[in-house]
Amino acid sequence: MLRIKRVPTVVSNYQKDTEEETNRQQVGCGRNCLRSCCIPGANLPLYTFKRMKNMMDEKRDSPVPFLDSLLLGEWEDRMQRGLFRYDVTACETKVIPGVSGFIAQLNEGRHLKKRPTEFRVDKVLQPFDGSKFNFTKVGQEEVLFQFEETDGDEAQFFPSAPIDTDNSPSVIAINVSPIEYGHVLLIPRILECLPQSIDRKSFLLALHMAAEAGNPYFRLGYNSLGAFATINHLHFQAYYLAVPFPIEKAPTRKITTLGSGVKISELLNYPVRGLIFEGGDDIEDLSNAVSDSCICLQDNNIPYNVLISDSGKRVFIFPQCYAEKQALGEVNPELLDTQVNPAVWEISGHIVLKRKKDYEEASEENAWRLLAEVSLSEERFEEVKALVFETIACREDKNETVTHSLDAESEELDVINIGTDRTMVPGKQECLVLQ
Amino acid sequence: MESQLGLIDQSFNARYTSWVREALDELPDNFTITDPSISGHPIVFASRGFLKMSGYLKDEVIGRNGRIFQGPRTNRRSVMEIREAIREERTIQLSLLNYRKDGTPFWMLFHLSPVFSKEDGRVIHFVSVQVPILRKLRSEDGNRWQETVFGSCRREVCSDTVIELARCRALDSFVDSDNRVLEAEESCEANDLEKQKAATAINSILSVLTHYSEQTGRLVCGKRCNSSVMCPLSSSLNISLGRIKQSFVLTDPHLHDIPIVYASDAFLSLTGYNRHEVLGRNCRFLNGPDTDPKAICQIKESIQSDQACSVRILNYRKDGSPFWNHLHISPVRNATGRIAFYVGVQIEEGCKNEGTRGLSPEMRILGTVGAVKVAVRSLSMGAGSSKS
Repeated sequence: MLRIKRVPTVVSNYQKDTEEETNRQQVGCGRNCLRSCCIPGANLPLYTFKRMKNMMDEKRDSPVPFLDSLLLGEWEDRMQRGLFRYDVTACETKVIPGVSGFIAQLNEGRHLKKRPTEFRVDKVLQPFDGSKFNFTKVGQEEVLFQFEETDGDEAQFFPSAPIDTDNSPSVIAINVSPIEYGHVLLIPRILECLPQSIDRKSFLLALHMAAEAGNPYFRLGYNSLGAFATINHLHFQAYYLAVPFPIEKAPTRKITTLGSGVKISELLNYPVRGLIFEGGDDIEDLSNAVSDSCICLQDNNIPYNVLISDSGKRVFIFPQCYAEKQALGEVNPELLDTQVNPAVWEISGHIVLKRKKDYEEASEENAWRLLAEVSLSEERFEEVKALVFETIACREDKNETVTHSLDAESEELDVINIGTDRTMVPGKQECLVLQ
Repeated sequence: MESQLGLIDQSFNARYTSWVREALDELPDNFTITDPSISGHPIVFASRGFLKMSGYLKDEVIGRNGRIFQGPRTNRRSVMEIREAIREERTIQLSLLNYRKDGTPFWMLFHLSPVFSKEDGRVIHFVSVQVPILRKLRSEDGNRWQETVFGSCRREVCSDTVIELARCRALDSFVDSDNRVLEAEESCEANDLEKQKAATAINSILSVLTHYSEQTGRLVCGKRCNSSVMCPLSSSLNISLGRIKQSFVLTDPHLHDIPIVYASDAFLSLTGYNRHEVLGRNCRFLNGPDTDPKAICQIKESIQSDQACSVRILNYRKDGSPFWNHLHISPVRNATGRIAFYVGVQIEEGCKNEGTRGLSPEMRILGTVGAVKVAVRSLSMGAGSSKS
């Protein structure tokens, strides 16, 4: 079993190891949490979005501007109520000179004097454990609003709506240790207590949140277990930073276009190897291609990170191996000393540093050196790619066979042809069995 | 919308006189001109050639953002590069796949160039020239050469040759039998002639703009000539702030008497002042005979203690009419973590658009504060120097 020691990030004010019992006279457990003890009668704002067909549709006017009024308004409100552990806008930040434009932030407050905890890093899928901290334990004041799909014709907003425990709502909560302004967590179907793993439905929800925000500088991220997620309760992160990320500027090379129009490329000239998904006839095509790839990675026990960028129009996936190397003692001690955990934001080029010295000495070379440790080797990346493509090709093939059965023969050729990539395995047989 | 069109006219006429449109219309090139200081960074002029090429009517384009021409196959990284060039206020030239009104895509060479005010070095407009990229393509039978525009070619060929749609999808899927065409579609490099054409077009547009700006005495130029003069905010910050629809002002506590350095469109329509009448002045001109001195005092105290505060204060418009202002003031920090501005957000009590279906005025005020904080922090991070 591989483990690393690290200081867990405190995302909620209720994430204390020792829980002091309060004497407050209140209903439920007294903490106004999201469990059955406190939920009856509780209300939260509710924003319902209309399922989007096409990414390129101009965003319709919603009753309430999702990002600029609702999310930021609620967030600023929590800031004025003092729920955050520090004012992130008082943390110094800069773009590191160089071609890539890495972004460094000095954040001495995020890293509190907490004892490092052991994390198992060799299992990407682990069952939910209700005895550990999870988001049903956060206080309701940390939840900004419920985020749901509507059957109606347009997005709607309800300032106060009951929490429907039967249809476990998806919620957006603050991260009390923000790494930028507007740092929130999207917790899909919170009451279902899903472990940290991607499924089609949850990923589509995350993509809709990016589209609903409609601002290329409001991005979502995901870390799998073994790739620096610390809480095994399904969540995405998001924040607002109006600067292009180095990853978004990196050159790419197209690998293939799926039948649905989703284009898959790989990153070139970037320290971390990764795949980029974009386009598609329908938002769901893009969502499915990405989530199927993620499912393939987690099923194969490959830790990974995901960045949803450009208002949901581009998605990056990075399989990674830093934690594994760290557990095996293969990471340069100098890098470990910085205590930077290379999760999705670091990989994307936004690096939060805990020591003033590291911030002052931050350079493109240093950032590059750190991220190079995160990346899979070229051989391993090719293997992983082949695995992912096999999965997607199967799904594609399945869909194609349904819709265009007449063309089955020529499509079989196409599928086998996928192998412009030498490691591609045509998975036709296996898929038919699955079907 | 009406007032936005007014701003657009003003943006153009005040700088170049109303005659400039005729002169620009005589140029054969395809181009648009946009104004970053107006909320939404809209198109304020579109040339005849551009309208013909894109298939839009003038009224469908003016006031809109250039992103309406993008489509599903537009390269997202190219879009990001353009966005970054705009925030860094520099020229960019790249190939881009755009879409006509009827949905057909076409490749063109996109050349964007800022137009600066000679007086204070601010960016007044951006000119975007678009040169269609034409290529010789071998047609299906392989004998004839056919002049066609890249990107639109393959789909057209598909539907023309009466191959059923399924076949067309198969062509699109995974690895196309015709990789040569595919790659051409992925990136379509312009040739030197086209690049030259774009550069020449930019020069002739700039010379028209310069000429007509001489007539108003508010000169423009293609190179930033004077950046040392006080120029309150960069155009990139202006663009970001312009997206925020609420009424608000930014004041600079480091300048004498804490003057206004930015005023939103909504602030101007709320108070009835013109922008040039409020920039550089302290906010106290909004107060009047019946303004409660205690409220003013509260504002002063909060600024002195670097704190946010909310007050209900009686303010006066330019025409002298009073209104109850739900004013919220908050310090705004830049990337160094220090206070760079104070933002003041105003909501008029009992005004008709107060209830944005459910979201409380308080929440809208706080949302505005948040959006301003992000804009100021992000745009003072030295992103512009990343190319050094």
